Amino acid sequence: MNKTKNEVRIIIDEAICKRCGFCIEFCNARVFEADKDGLPLVKNLDDCTNCRLCELRCPDFAVQVEAVDNE
Amino acid sequence: MAVNLGYREYFKSDAMPLMWCSGCGNGIILRAITESLSDLQLPPHQVVVSTGIGCWGKADDYMKTHAFHGSHGRALAFGTGIKLGNPDLHVIALMGDGDALAIGGNHFIHAARRNMDVTAIISNNFNYGMTGGQYSPTTPLSSKTTTSPMGVAEPGFDVCALSEICGANYVARTTAYHVTQMKKFITAALQKKGFSVVEVINTCPTHFGKRNIPGDTASMMKHLKDTTVSKTRYDKLNDEEKHNYMVTGELVNRQRPDFLNVYKGYKPGDPEAAGGEGQK
Repeated sequence: MNKTKNEVRIIIDEAICKRCGFCIEFCNARVFEADKDGLPLVKNLDDCTNCRLCELRCPDFAVQVEAVDNE
Repeated sequence: MAVNLGYREYFKSDAMPLMWCSGCGNGIILRAITESLSDLQLPPHQVVVSTGIGCWGKADDYMKTHAFHGSHGRALAFGTGIKLGNPDLHVIALMGDGDALAIGGNHFIHAARRNMDVTAIISNNFNYGMTGGQYSPTTPLSSKTTTSPMGVAEPGFDVCALSEICGANYVARTTAYHVTQMKKFITAALQKKGFSVVEVINTCPTHFGKRNIPGDTASMMKHLKDTTVSKTRYDKLNDEEKHNYMVTGELVNRQRPDFLNVYKGYKPGDPEAAGGEGQK
């Protein structure tokens, strides 16, 4: 079975995110980009490797990486 | 019936947002603890979190386990009592650097000496963050803090070396940047019989970081990555280079008998019955 793109979904809770920028800075695949307020926006979801380090490294439990069931 | 306990079974989501500043690593440590508890599938009612005062001392507010929020520096004193009264419980003491080594310094060295079966997770941000960034016992020599604007004139404690010499069974140092390593060490510490210490080097963007590390919160986190090396790499450095780095990794892992076992088997006048050798 080929790996389909977009098999992960990244949810950012804007209300509890404190804009520290860790997820943007330390993502090896450069999935996130900051908006002018510093809020991470998911820009390159296709590059996401589902390593979930952004989720573990978020000090505010604001990032959630979920596997999407394609079937 | 086996129920899979996810990290959210240990984390109080309805208490969010967390009280810590933007860019503070305490939330990362909290996440690693909940993940470790989930990995070990410890039922929340068998875990007690004992805390003192300070930014990191607020962590128990966000946990669904039992919690004991005690007075400043006494997390280990209360933890000792909880463990002696209920030996089946897993006791985790959460302390900051000031809480563990200044206000609770004596409790810390004696818990290690007795080898109490308690897991101490120390969030070391090199200053007293909650009270305004005064220098603490771990503040490195010549660092600037609010009470040492010209640079502190005292060298800081090496928490891991102190724990080792006092007799802890498990000692590890990691940083808030090294999330997977932190989770691994906390999991190992929770499983270890006897006193276990995990020192997590943390950032304090509001006070210590602002005065000593240039750049934004992400630069401060990156600084942790750049100034730490593994034990294998550290041993290969020369003395001058060693000055610039902190060593991370599992530093002590030994099997001294813990206090409860010694106590149960203790017969006056017979050191052998108490598990033998004692210190080291």
